[in-house]
Amino acid sequence: MTEDQLILTPNINGADDFYADLLTAHEGLSKAESDALNARLVLVLANHIGKRAILKQALAAAALKPGEDTA
Amino acid sequence: MNKIFEVPLYPYAHHADEDTAAPARRKVVVIGAGPVGLAAAIDLAQQGTEVVVLDDNDKVSFGSRAICFAKRPLEILDRLGCGQPMVDKGVQWNVGKVFFDDRQVYDFNLLPEDGHKRPAFINLQQYYFEEYLVKRVRELQEQGAPIEIRGRNKVSAIGTHPDHVTLEIDTPEGSYNLEADWLIACDGAGSPTRQMLGLDFVGRVFEDNFLIADVIMEADFPTERWFWFDPPFNKGQSALLHKQPDGVWRIDLQLGWDIDKEREKRPENVIPRLKAMLGEDVKFELEWVSIYTFQCRRMEQFRHGRVLFAGDSAHQVSPFGARGANSGVQDTDNLCWKLQLVIDGKAPESLLDSYDVERVHGADENILNSSRSTDFITPKSEMSRVLRDAVLDLSEHYEFARPLVNSGRLSVPCTYDGSPLNSADALDGPERTRPGSSCPDAPLGDGFLLDQLGGKFVLLTIDADAPDVIEEQGIEVTRLALSVKDDKTLALKDRYLGKHESGVYLIRPDQHVAARRPSFDENQFRHAIRRAIGKE
Ligand SMILES: Cc1cc2nc3c(=O)[nH]c(=O)nc-3n(C[C@H](O)[C@H](O)[C@H](O)COP(=O)(O)OP(=O)(O)OC[C@H]3O[C@@H](n4cnc5c(N)ncnc54)[C@H](O)[C@@H]3O)c2cc1C
Repeated sequence: MTEDQLILTPNINGADDFYADLLTAHEGLSKAESDALNARLVLVLANHIGKRAILKQALAAAALKPGEDTA
Repeated sequence: MNKIFEVPLYPYAHHADEDTAAPARRKVVVIGAGPVGLAAAIDLAQQGTEVVVLDDNDKVSFGSRAICFAKRPLEILDRLGCGQPMVDKGVQWNVGKVFFDDRQVYDFNLLPEDGHKRPAFINLQQYYFEEYLVKRVRELQEQGAPIEIRGRNKVSAIGTHPDHVTLEIDTPEGSYNLEADWLIACDGAGSPTRQMLGLDFVGRVFEDNFLIADVIMEADFPTERWFWFDPPFNKGQSALLHKQPDGVWRIDLQLGWDIDKEREKRPENVIPRLKAMLGEDVKFELEWVSIYTFQCRRMEQFRHGRVLFAGDSAHQVSPFGARGANSGVQDTDNLCWKLQLVIDGKAPESLLDSYDVERVHGADENILNSSRSTDFITPKSEMSRVLRDAVLDLSEHYEFARPLVNSGRLSVPCTYDGSPLNSADALDGPERTRPGSSCPDAPLGDGFLLDQLGGKFVLLTIDADAPDVIEEQGIEVTRLALSVKDDKTLALKDRYLGKHESGVYLIRPDQHVAARRPSFDENQFRHAIRRAIGKE
């Protein structure tokens, strides 16, 4: 796997803990507030990743169209 | 044919204790002949301690309850002399399928680790589980062990004293009083003992109902676990199909909160639901149908002086992950050796406080895991559902999302990190065998390690010298000397030594690690033994 390849195999240590944290972050928010939180989260994570090539693959993966350039 | 859960297994019989002028005094009384009370009684009786089990009923557990029993409880049952019939009768499975909406999103093979005597888990009806335990009680009685079960003996009042407990018991022939040096309350989630002592039981009730049906099917469904999220036949809810012995299948259907339970339970309403799930032509017969609401809660403390709570009376979990009976049997595994030492005068009463510390820790871990599963299966908010559905959609395409799918995390033993009975880790060996861990099994010649450990303190040496026996404070610790040379599969080395050439482990009677070092050091191990029995 090269550095420019989106990781699509399990890569989170303590997946259940992460998921619980994610739900906790949304607890008590209205749907609109939750949507906004998700949007900010996407942008924060995207900035952390930084690499455009990976971000393009991630957009395609999230659209459930792996391998396609949807951006 | 009479169903097994309809036949009295321990019918009421008049006992001489009912006629004495002053109440008879027994060493240990256990309230409840469920899986946990029976396991506790067998454990104590095997060690020669007098134990009386009281149950307000005279039959095995009624209908659909536990079906999934995990490796650690099976290992404990081996020590209690009844693991084999369970495993022989139980169904083993490795393949699971996950469905979302109208399609299968993925399947998985559990690929359990090699080198263990017992499988990761078996499916077995709780009534068989209890029946085999009762058989074991009978076997012990024949060998003269001081154990009895008194059916239709309902405890109606309890008095606590510094050095004993008094009980008032109702039988079909009237009431009598009994005293016990120690009382183990295994009287289930509704624990009358807990209520009589006015103790708390706090936690979460999940606002949901589940229809649990056991059906006998002629169809040849594969031996797999199928879990549906939001299937067409149960829109917006979940469903589970799981195999049990005798062609019986467990079906769980989530029903939601606002339902009429009595109505939903009627066969004319259940059968169409099951047909929609299984297919119109599949022939089946209903063995049992019940509707449950699940909760996750526990007592603040499991020890109250001379009264010890174990199993559902002490903690209750939702069944996702099969942690109820499985963790209750681990409670008794933790408790009984300690109680035995206290009764024998070899350990201070305060050793029993470590039961509280260690098993509260276990209960919290179980509650955390089963709450998370429940939250995944039954999302609490719109956003939880959006995220849950996103995980499921992704899981169809990408492996990474599959570990996030949570339809139950199987019960594994908890590690007593930070327990006052542990000595500091002096080996820096494999994580999984650090002090507090339950010993992982390993092949040993023709047999297995855990069978060799048994139920006493053991000094396990691997390529290290040590005396054959150490006696400390009246505790005899015998050595089990092993070598990597005989460890063909290298499982022992891998699980107990890691990068080290040698190792010495002090192992408790419940097969948890108390201390470990690269080599034997008399002072250190004597110290570790004292610590493990609450003397330091
Ligand atoms: C649908 C469902 C599925 C489940 N699946 C699983 C699973 O797959 N794996 C798993 O490990 N667990 C599972 N569980 C949980 C499991 O059934 C319980 O954890 C287990 O039965 C607890 O055992 P216990 O001995 O503590 O209590 P119980 O089995 O409730 O036994 C308590 C006993 O105490 C007796 N008693 C009560 N009051 C008195 C009194 N006053 N005097 C005398 N006797 C009294 C009762 O008659 C009863 O026999 C499931 C539960 C449900 C409901």
